[in-house]
Amino acid sequence: MPKKGAKKAKEMDDVPDQQEKKLPDYLELQRTRVACKADAPIHTQGFQYSGAYAAMGVDNSMSVEKFRKNFKIEINRLTEDDMEFDMIGVDASIANAFRRILIAEVPTMAIEKIFMVDNTSVIADEVLSHRLGLIPLDADPRRFDYMSENDVPNERNTIVYKLHVSCEKGSQRITVKSGELEWLPEGSQLNMSSPAQSGDKQKTFTSFSQSQKEIYEKPLGVKFKDITIARLGPGQAIELEAHAVKGVGKAHAKWSPVATAWYRMLPEVVLLKEIEGDDAEELVKKCPVKVFDIEDLGNGGKRAVVAKPRACTLCRECVMCPTGEHIELRRVRDHFIFTIESTGAMPPEVLFTEAVKILEEKCERVIAELS
Amino acid sequence: MEHGSVADASASTFSIVEEDHTLANSVRFVLNQDPRVAFCGYSIPHPADNKVNIRVQTTGDPARDVLKDALQNLVVMCQHVRGTFDNAVDGYRANKHAEEMDVDEQQK
Repeated sequence: MPKKGAKKAKEMDDVPDQQEKKLPDYLELQRTRVACKADAPIHTQGFQYSGAYAAMGVDNSMSVEKFRKNFKIEINRLTEDDMEFDMIGVDASIANAFRRILIAEVPTMAIEKIFMVDNTSVIADEVLSHRLGLIPLDADPRRFDYMSENDVPNERNTIVYKLHVSCEKGSQRITVKSGELEWLPEGSQLNMSSPAQSGDKQKTFTSFSQSQKEIYEKPLGVKFKDITIARLGPGQAIELEAHAVKGVGKAHAKWSPVATAWYRMLPEVVLLKEIEGDDAEELVKKCPVKVFDIEDLGNGGKRAVVAKPRACTLCRECVMCPTGEHIELRRVRDHFIFTIESTGAMPPEVLFTEAVKILEEKCERVIAELS
Repeated sequence: MEHGSVADASASTFSIVEEDHTLANSVRFVLNQDPRVAFCGYSIPHPADNKVNIRVQTTGDPARDVLKDALQNLVVMCQHVRGTFDNAVDGYRANKHAEEMDVDEQQK
């Protein structure tokens, strides 16, 4: 209360056109940081309500213009398979929405139907089929259509693979790797009807009107050729045909385009009091990820400083030791360190853009429903 | 689907199918930021059903319009996120390329 009064007196002396009333420091801390105490974090609920600080005369509402001004993205690492970037100025609910969409709602291609001709291996049919479904395919799902129950499998919605491996009698056992899956760009080679039927053209399980080689420039093979599918002993063989379709992670995890995607909030480590001498040495040794470092003072003394707060994993070793009361671990509420690991169908930056597009589509669908 | 009273359009519950926490939590956040909203929240009546109920109570404006505005704000925010992200990726790639060129220069 005395703080509020002091601010009011200051306001009256200030220039009349100063409009922004600031929150007192402790409330600003509560609003922007999650405090991680030794036993549990506090202030985990964000204050999103526009009128949260109305009694103090501070406006907590946020318009799209303010969001645009404050929003920043900084990319730390970007390779073909994974990326790490910082998203600053966004709320946890939206960061989480992106994470959920990346895992469950960005479509991919994966093997769905298996036509088993011959399986004399020790791996059961269904176990083998399950393993084949989990193999990541190097196909861009944006160029394919979904296939529903009534659709005919054609070159726009299905990719066909063949696996025909056998181990001769008398030889060593062999390992069937995913690289032995052969892409069939002309479609299925298995005939549906019995050979006794007349007519030159046999009906196969797919109706490709043109070869997929003409539509897609690069071969639609598997992404990693060294995944073990099965092991065959002498005299055993596997002959099958696999059809891959487009789907989303919500239906089955094989259709998830990310190995995983996660985010963490930016850590902030604050030393409330100077830690010097032997305590400083001990503190530096305690931290397993080397967040602290020693700074030499002029007269031979040593002081602990926070060198790499970003590496903090919240193991809380530093707050459990005797000097722990002088250290405060915090998380910045609107700064997220996002990591996306792709399984290979699409590069990670494309995956994130697709996820944002999907959130927009969801909103537009609800808007259309409301209108 | 809107469940509200004909007389009072400022408070109603919207039942959306085929949606879950992904959209509902984001919309709830954007709604909270709007100064016209007195109360907003969402709930999932049963986890097995794919439905979510979003409750909006406003200070006078029809709840449906406020929800539509919030959804449109979310769309604009997403577009901005996408644009910023693409620029950041291009900037990062250009920087890396420039760095590699500098290293080549130094090696020469």
